[in-house]
Amino acid sequence: MLETFIIIFLATLFYLAIANRMRNYIKLLVYQGLLLFLVAAFHLKDFNIFNLIVILLETIVFKAVAVPYCIERIIRHNGITRETEPFLPNFVSLLITVGIVVASILLSGSIDDIILDKFFFVGAVSAIFTGLYLIVSRRKILTHVVGYCVIENGVFILSLAVGNEMPAMVNLGVMLDIFASVLILGIFANKIGDVFHDVDIDALSGLKD
Amino acid sequence: MITAIYLAAVVCIVIGLAFSRSTVLSDILGVLFLGVQTMLTVHGLMNPGLTELNYFSFDALGLILLLTLSIISYPALIHSRIYLSKPKATASSAAAYNASCVLLIAAMTMGYLANHAAVTWIFTEITTLSAAILIYHHRSKLALEATWKYVFVCAISICFVFVGILFISLALLHDGCSELFYSDLMAHTSTLNGFWMTLGFIFIFAGYTAKLGLFPMFTAGVDAKDKAPAPAGALLASALMNLGFCGIFRIYASINGTPVGNWARMLMLVTAILTLFIATIYMARISNVKRMLAYSGIEHMSVVTIGLCFGKAGFIAAMLHMVMHTFVKSGLFFHFTQIWRTYSSKMLDDMGDYLKLNPFGALVLLFGFISIAAVPPSGLFFSELLVFKAMIAEGSWVVFAISAFLLTVLLWAFARSMFRIIFLPAAKPVEKISISAWESVTQLILFALAAYIGFNPPAFLLDFIEQAATMIS
Repeated sequence: MLETFIIIFLATLFYLAIANRMRNYIKLLVYQGLLLFLVAAFHLKDFNIFNLIVILLETIVFKAVAVPYCIERIIRHNGITRETEPFLPNFVSLLITVGIVVASILLSGSIDDIILDKFFFVGAVSAIFTGLYLIVSRRKILTHVVGYCVIENGVFILSLAVGNEMPAMVNLGVMLDIFASVLILGIFANKIGDVFHDVDIDALSGLKD
Repeated sequence: MITAIYLAAVVCIVIGLAFSRSTVLSDILGVLFLGVQTMLTVHGLMNPGLTELNYFSFDALGLILLLTLSIISYPALIHSRIYLSKPKATASSAAAYNASCVLLIAAMTMGYLANHAAVTWIFTEITTLSAAILIYHHRSKLALEATWKYVFVCAISICFVFVGILFISLALLHDGCSELFYSDLMAHTSTLNGFWMTLGFIFIFAGYTAKLGLFPMFTAGVDAKDKAPAPAGALLASALMNLGFCGIFRIYASINGTPVGNWARMLMLVTAILTLFIATIYMARISNVKRMLAYSGIEHMSVVTIGLCFGKAGFIAAMLHMVMHTFVKSGLFFHFTQIWRTYSSKMLDDMGDYLKLNPFGALVLLFGFISIAAVPPSGLFFSELLVFKAMIAEGSWVVFAISAFLLTVLLWAFARSMFRIIFLPAAKPVEKISISAWESVTQLILFALAAYIGFNPPAFLLDFIEQAATMIS
């Protein structure tokens, strides 16, 4: 069951690579949040019930509802509809994402580990690097935020992988999630959107040497 | 006990400062903070090796960095006070500045002392939050851009460090250990799983470079130091970089001597030289003085990292270099407020004749330049010499040649700009303003302290450095 969820999660990464409309990015983030909720619910067996509820609530409320809602609001506020002119054509992006996933699978081949499930490793590493790729290959700052959320989802999967042995790491992952997302989206929602109306990275080129 | 009192006091002081709208109350709280900071430092120095609240240890490395930070926190708060009064900042922005400045110093303090990988990580996160508020102090478009870039890059880097910690936790789990204390890592050095430690170190190193100021994450730090008010920039350009070093070193110490350690050493060496190269290129063409100081910090942290790669002798030199760099670089940033008030500009093209416009300040700046350029009688000269000696002792002539060449070019670029400010006539007439010589006294003390440490390092400091060196020997 867990494997199925992670494979669907990988599929969302491929879709992220070729998505152009901002609404699609948001939908994909919601799906990823739901998938992570399911993975956490099925995987974390040794947790005490209170801790488990906190973590499940975080994935469903924060990852699948609050963050996408916040991004959606910013999009409506600034009238952004789509990611214009990506640096690379979608087909190339798709190829690169496939490359990232294949490389993670190859890397996982060298792991002979009883603690870590290879599926978790592949899901996490692929998400981290796809997120990074989204950040470097897109123009809109908001897409960079989406890329960052994807990285965080990858990190969350990895923390789940060691979750049964080190429950504290999952809680720390949750803390990172909330802290960084609030900080980033807070600045964005309150300031960037109003000051830089177009929210294109070209607008952020005032500081240079 | 004392650590608990410190933490409780800091929380109260930060809340008090955030809501304070009166200068007198802020001053009292500032003095109170310096009091508890000094109390913690003295307590640590009297009880080396003590562990409090389970997660904070006064070990040698932590104590050296804590003492350095506590010393510069005095001038940092004094200059912040001057900065906020000339011209007078609004009560709310002064409150935000003061609260986040104290929070930054406290978070760095706890980050140095943390004996658990996750605790260091948490306090590093807090430094990002407080630094972001400081960078956004002026509420301008450029300040917003710098804040955004800093927060975004630091958020990614913090994710990286977390991933690294997760990989290392996997290595520890294999050894039957489910805690992430640095002492656990040191105890399992020889048996830790190489694959996970390699992956873990790559991510942790890449993540902490945002704070340490090395390639690949150094860029956001430069923008941050440029846009943050100069007294806050002083903390970002010195003590915060030391926190990055602390985070990397504690992990490196646990893999030193293993095959992974040798590989990590190679990674650090290549990254440091690459960073030195980048710093040299920017220093040669830059015209913004504050960014120049930021790049100079990157240069010195490269030297520190190179030192770390050359065994015990290199490590001792690197530690001395880091301590002296903290004093000198923060002094230069404190002095920058006077340059800004004189010219109302950061650009070299608008500067000149500083010796006539602010004679005492110009002499202090000259002393500061000599100190940071590592030209005798600068203390940094000795530590750089020791780093080079360590390189030659290990027969690394290529590294020696490359770094010596790059440092020479850097010296030329830096000297060209500084001499232009101090001695050459200004392109357009500048009105002379009166600046009290007292404002330069703290800088003078910091530069003199660095020179003193270089010539005659205090025995207790050398003792602590020797103790810290046992972690990697």
